[in-house]
Amino acid sequence: MWDYCGHSLDVARLRGATYADVRVMHIRHRDLTTKGGEVGTLGQSESIGLGIRVVVNGAWGFASTDQLTREGVAACAAQAVAIAKASALAKKEDVQLAAESSYVDSWQGPCQKDPFEIPLEAQIDLLLKADAAMRQVKGVTLTETDMQFRKIDSWFASSAGSKIHQRRVLSGCGLVATSFQGDAIQKRSYPNSFGGQHILGGYELIEAMVLLKNAPQIAEEAVALHSALQCPEKKSTLILGGSQLGLQIHESIGHPIELDRVLGQEANFAGTSFLTLDKLNHLRYAAPIVNVVADARAAHGPGLGTFAYDDEGVPAQCIEVIKDGEFRGYLSSRETAHLVGLERSGGTMRTESWNRLPMIRMTNVSLLPGTWTLENLIADTEDGILMETNRSWSIDDRRYQFQFSTEIAWEIKGGKQGRMLKNPSYSGITTEFWNSCDAICNADHWVLWGTPNCGKGQPMQTMGTGHGAAPARFRNVKIGTAFSNE
Amino acid sequence: MSPAKKTRRVSNRRAVSAEVQLRPERELRAITERVLRLAKAGGIPEVEVHVDEVIDALTRFANNAIHQHVAEHGLTVSLRVAVDGRTARVTTNRIEEDSLRAALESVASLAASQPKDPGLLPLPAKQKYRAVQRFIAPTAAVSAESRARAVKNACSLAESKGQIAAGIFSSGQSQSVLANSSGLFASYRQTQAEFSVTMQQGSATSWAKANAADFRAFDPLVLAKTASEKAARAENPVELAPGRYTVILEPAAVLDLVGFLFYDFAATAVRDQRSCFSGRLGKLLLGENITIIEDVYHPEQLGAPFDGEGIPRQRVVLVDSGVPRNLVYSRRSAKKAGARPTGHGFALPNEYGEAPMNLVVAGGNSSVEEMISGTGRGLLVTRLWYIREVDPHEKIMTGMTRDGLFLVEKGKVTQAVRNFRFNQSILQMLKNVECLGPAHRATAEESFEMVVPPMKIRDFHFSEVTKF
Repeated sequence: MWDYCGHSLDVARLRGATYADVRVMHIRHRDLTTKGGEVGTLGQSESIGLGIRVVVNGAWGFASTDQLTREGVAACAAQAVAIAKASALAKKEDVQLAAESSYVDSWQGPCQKDPFEIPLEAQIDLLLKADAAMRQVKGVTLTETDMQFRKIDSWFASSAGSKIHQRRVLSGCGLVATSFQGDAIQKRSYPNSFGGQHILGGYELIEAMVLLKNAPQIAEEAVALHSALQCPEKKSTLILGGSQLGLQIHESIGHPIELDRVLGQEANFAGTSFLTLDKLNHLRYAAPIVNVVADARAAHGPGLGTFAYDDEGVPAQCIEVIKDGEFRGYLSSRETAHLVGLERSGGTMRTESWNRLPMIRMTNVSLLPGTWTLENLIADTEDGILMETNRSWSIDDRRYQFQFSTEIAWEIKGGKQGRMLKNPSYSGITTEFWNSCDAICNADHWVLWGTPNCGKGQPMQTMGTGHGAAPARFRNVKIGTAFSNE
Repeated sequence: MSPAKKTRRVSNRRAVSAEVQLRPERELRAITERVLRLAKAGGIPEVEVHVDEVIDALTRFANNAIHQHVAEHGLTVSLRVAVDGRTARVTTNRIEEDSLRAALESVASLAASQPKDPGLLPLPAKQKYRAVQRFIAPTAAVSAESRARAVKNACSLAESKGQIAAGIFSSGQSQSVLANSSGLFASYRQTQAEFSVTMQQGSATSWAKANAADFRAFDPLVLAKTASEKAARAENPVELAPGRYTVILEPAAVLDLVGFLFYDFAATAVRDQRSCFSGRLGKLLLGENITIIEDVYHPEQLGAPFDGEGIPRQRVVLVDSGVPRNLVYSRRSAKKAGARPTGHGFALPNEYGEAPMNLVVAGGNSSVEEMISGTGRGLLVTRLWYIREVDPHEKIMTGMTRDGLFLVEKGKVTQAVRNFRFNQSILQMLKNVECLGPAHRATAEESFEMVVPPMKIRDFHFSEVTKF
């Protein structure tokens, strides 16, 4: 692979590139699903190719190919150079990259049990058993399970001399029970919705999930939701479970801090951000107990945003995003770092595949744990609602106004968790919401949740991001708007 | 404020270039023949082969300059075998013979690792297809430089108006070949071009977008002018109270809402009881002015005339004058329902079954301008954003307005309005359509392209307002 990298860099340099970097990636997928006791998807795929990014005449060009021959990668490099020259027809300023050392390294993410080495029969058997356990509950009308595994090898080289190989194995698994009665559809997911939990790691994730124990419980809850009370519409104290809070972080902190959004580079598609440059170090984003980091280092945990180097060869870092409630930092790249006075990129450039351009992406954007146990937090809440497991999510294109609904909720009265509520939802304005946070649970409740489906960019790229969160409490939140008719 | 009229063309100067081109169809057919031969030699009785080739390029701009500019070229071979009532799929982009042989061994092993599927059908035999011509050679020849020049023109317009432009100009070509060991062979190729532009004036923005097989069907500069003029009118928005409003949805906004119905028309979704049409087929559910047809052969549509198993796509009347009448079927769901396949199945194996991918919502005669002039008080909506399902059976969707929301008073657009969040049942919305405009191919960001009209709708529910 290094030969292809080196040859394409040589061709780019000879044709006038002042900077170039190249990624060869070999990506393997295994996807399994069941539905209603039958195997649904059963497939594997692999894709290998090369993408090269060049600067010529001060402008960017990128081309990719699956023709891994000397001729193929040379033609690809030449095409990238031609594209960069065309880009220069409509440029304002020359590309300026923050200084970065070159690295020669090889890194492998944590993986105790390679999921591609686990017999497929065992994986299917486990899913079918979990599917059957949900179907045993009367009133369940649809059951679904899934496992997803990825093994990604990448070889990165740059004209500055870096040569970095990384291997990342990603695993995910989830269960869903759906119940249709009368005019309503209710569902419950384990351990999270939209594909379950996902980590940087191997089959040890699935073995730790205790699927067969949890399957009947979510099935019973899906049926029970039909007879639960409708979530009221009012202002209330809200406690969010960890996985829902992870998505809240993703949408209302993770995306607004992406510097490409802030600079207008995503204005046509993903949108911009209310976090304009004047707000850096001058905005009370959240209550003083709130501390948020974007941490790609292995020490943060096996998240979907964990790596050793980003896809422009910058080492993984921990970026302080919110410190004691104050806004402190953006997600940056080598090209954007100087615009916020940084001497170095924050190392957040990531690409979905060899045929996509690296772009600023969340790493593991996590809320650091607080001091409460969940039991004490509920006991300390006189009147509120506890919501768990996302059902829908939506936020405006500058990341101010959001609305989330969850699969299930419970009343909290007099410090006790009470009746189940159906169709829960809440909404608000980002900074008002985060400033209303008055309690965060401790490290015992903290989970690094994986969001495998973050879409961004044109052409669209799907990226996995990590979000560490423990349950937290918010005051005076608007509840129930999604089902309001007024 | 309707989408740009298709009156001008991107400069053809230098359009014909040495850009990468698709392989001849015979080369893809040769790959399928090689796989079928290897399968036969390996004792695999039933095999299906998809070969897909994609060449795409995209010029992306922001802050009145190109900031990303990419091209890709890839070919994948996807194999499905059926052995003793079991099936599985393996996909690879390595096409040398040893790799294809290894892929066949791998897929046979995958298939054998599961319980027998009593519902698995034998591979379909040879089919006949209606011809569609959606490969436009000049679009395949669009160069990086010609896209860059069109972008430069849009950026220059923005600068001349004191505005900031962002967007994309993409062009591409693709082909698919499908063959199986029962003698089926299908092939299709198309081109596609797209221009999308956001213009920002102060804190106000507006947007325009077009997508077609032929890049000459739209003029990027006209789209840029449309977005520019609307952005100028979008400044200084007033904040209105949430509530129920008469809305005039431009085609992109209609597309992004109605498009969310597509999977509800799948027979598998109805059987799984997760469709909003479960228990509601044959009943008057929507307004009598609503007719929805699945029609890949509509002249403004793109897409292959066959499905993931190679079954010819049929034109299907899904909603007839407000009554949901028919669904689309794969072979498997058709057999379960005692119906005929309609040619809308996804490639097997999968748990979703099928879906209509080429919806056509029948239009009317009212232009957007006429809708405005006939409105005492209402809102004109350019596009919607971040639409998600709140309630699957009532089909309540939430989302935001974006890039140009305007107040209509006494038949005129009077001022810009701060963006709203909506929580609105699509079923209820389609009962409240007061008039429709002509239906044309529309493109947005939440749903794939369809043929839809603009609509004037009463009592559209906005629940909250944002800060801009």
